[in-house]
Amino acid sequence: MTASLNVRDLRAYYGQVQALHGLNFSLEEGSVTTLLGANGAGKTTTLRAICNMVRTTGTIEFDGKPITHMSTEHIVKLGIAQVPQGRGTFTRMNVEENLQLGAITRGDKAGIASDIERMYALFPVLKQRRTQQAGLLSGGEQQMLAVARALMLRPRVLLLDEPSFGLAPLVVRDVFKVLEQINRDDKVTILVVEQNAQLALELADQAYVIETGEIVQSGPAAEIASNEDIRKSYLGY
Amino acid sequence: MELFTNQVLSGIATGAIYACMALAVVMIYEAIDHLNFAQGEMAMFSTFAAWQFMQWGIPYWGAFVLSVVLSFAAGIAIERALFRPLGHASVLVQIAGFIALFAIINSVAGLIWDFTIKPFPTPFGSTPLLGGVISSHQAGMIAVTILLLGFLYVFFSFTRVGLAMRAAATMPESAKLVGVNVGWMIALGWGLAAAIGAIAGIMIAPVIFLEPNMMGGVLLYGFVGAVLGGLSSPAGAVAGGFIVGVLENLAGTYIPGVGNELKLPIALAMIIAVLVFKPNGLFGRVQVQRV
Ligand SMILES: Nc1ncnc2c1ncn2[C@@H]1O[C@H](COP(=O)(O)OP(=O)(O)OP(=O)(O)O)[C@@H](O)[C@H]1O
Ligand SMILES: [Mg+2]
Repeated sequence: MTASLNVRDLRAYYGQVQALHGLNFSLEEGSVTTLLGANGAGKTTTLRAICNMVRTTGTIEFDGKPITHMSTEHIVKLGIAQVPQGRGTFTRMNVEENLQLGAITRGDKAGIASDIERMYALFPVLKQRRTQQAGLLSGGEQQMLAVARALMLRPRVLLLDEPSFGLAPLVVRDVFKVLEQINRDDKVTILVVEQNAQLALELADQAYVIETGEIVQSGPAAEIASNEDIRKSYLGY
Repeated sequence: MELFTNQVLSGIATGAIYACMALAVVMIYEAIDHLNFAQGEMAMFSTFAAWQFMQWGIPYWGAFVLSVVLSFAAGIAIERALFRPLGHASVLVQIAGFIALFAIINSVAGLIWDFTIKPFPTPFGSTPLLGGVISSHQAGMIAVTILLLGFLYVFFSFTRVGLAMRAAATMPESAKLVGVNVGWMIALGWGLAAAIGAIAGIMIAPVIFLEPNMMGGVLLYGFVGAVLGGLSSPAGAVAGGFIVGVLENLAGTYIPGVGNELKLPIALAMIIAVLVFKPNGLFGRVQVQRV
């Protein structure tokens, strides 16, 4: 197994406040990893740090090359897509323009057009809303749009911040099925942050539990899920 | 009736110029949340540049294109050199930056070309059209503006760069996360705004003559148009510019005692009235984002 993304001694700062205290983890090529933890633990900060959207120290390597000091847009161009917390919808543009923006770094017109159709097949509700202003979609529809927009990059690594947030249980199933399919068919490496630990552990190969900016547990997802102590003390189920 | 048609049409002609200035202002406002007070001076300088090129013997349309292209480049350069470094500074510092830019451009223009007014040529002539209700230059102003607006509409609606620019201006964080180089898109916005201003300045110069303070009033009307239409709506700002042009003319003609002197106070009164009754402007968007 080779590491697609390798994170060493990652620290992150908001002004004087330190939010991450030296994280070490790696995402195996083609695997699904989940990052779990309570509110304020530093999950979102970790995803932001990978894309250089917060001040950090430490090293982040992608395919063995450091990306720590690259600009966000450069990192994205390498194939690291993110579904950010809050969904990052381009509210004033329509659904199709949002999908186009997901592929803005790509040059292959025909591939983009066929990928848009693929997204409409994965999320039929988006097809019905294709010319509607994205800011007027429901929360769940915007969440699906955010996942679809990230996939439009044809990413090699997909970072998702609480993709189940605001979704009805049946839709959550659908979204996670899509993630599983993307991982299996397209070999996309996935890092998913979730409040719904049970669901995330079902999908994931590897799991990390983070508390106040430090990793406190890690291991194969199945082991974490079957460890009652961890479940009770960190995951609350 | 003929007087009315005449006043409306010439209002549309000057309104076209206000619409261009309003659009230039809104494009930058969307990206950085500040009004560019120096937009008019930049346009004035571009107009002087075009005049200078003609003095050097370059034909009208050559000078026009050269000035617009150089203005585009200068707009980008101003953003990169001046406003990018100020990006994280406080509001007051940024406003000071705009005022400094205003003063610098104004005095440099005065230094190079002095403050006496100069006539500016028009390629459209000044023959009366439609039985005298509009001059051929006014018709030309309207035509050039419509061409420009049409070009911008296509650019922003149907090209990938246009899409990326809109994304960068309205949602910079999300734009970065899809790989848009937000800094360069904003610089490009400055370039486009400067180019639009250059066209507006060159078109209005035959009417108001060329001098370093020529754009002061025009920019003010552009601001009124932008506020009227809604600072968050490019199309609204354009409509606002046209409305202001027409109202200005009608007020000057039909309200007794207004004449030319009171046109400007009327414009300012319009700003205040709009801000009081419709803070988002006539066409501005109310927040559509769901919470
Ligand atoms: N913009 C910010 N400025 C200052 N502090 C911040 C900022 N964003 C996050 N923090 C702090 O950093 C810490 C980690 O926040 P983060 O958003 O990463 O948590 P999280 O694990 O994603 O939580 P949640 O599950 O609620 O989304 C928190 O203590 C938070 O208060
Ligand atoms: Mg979070």
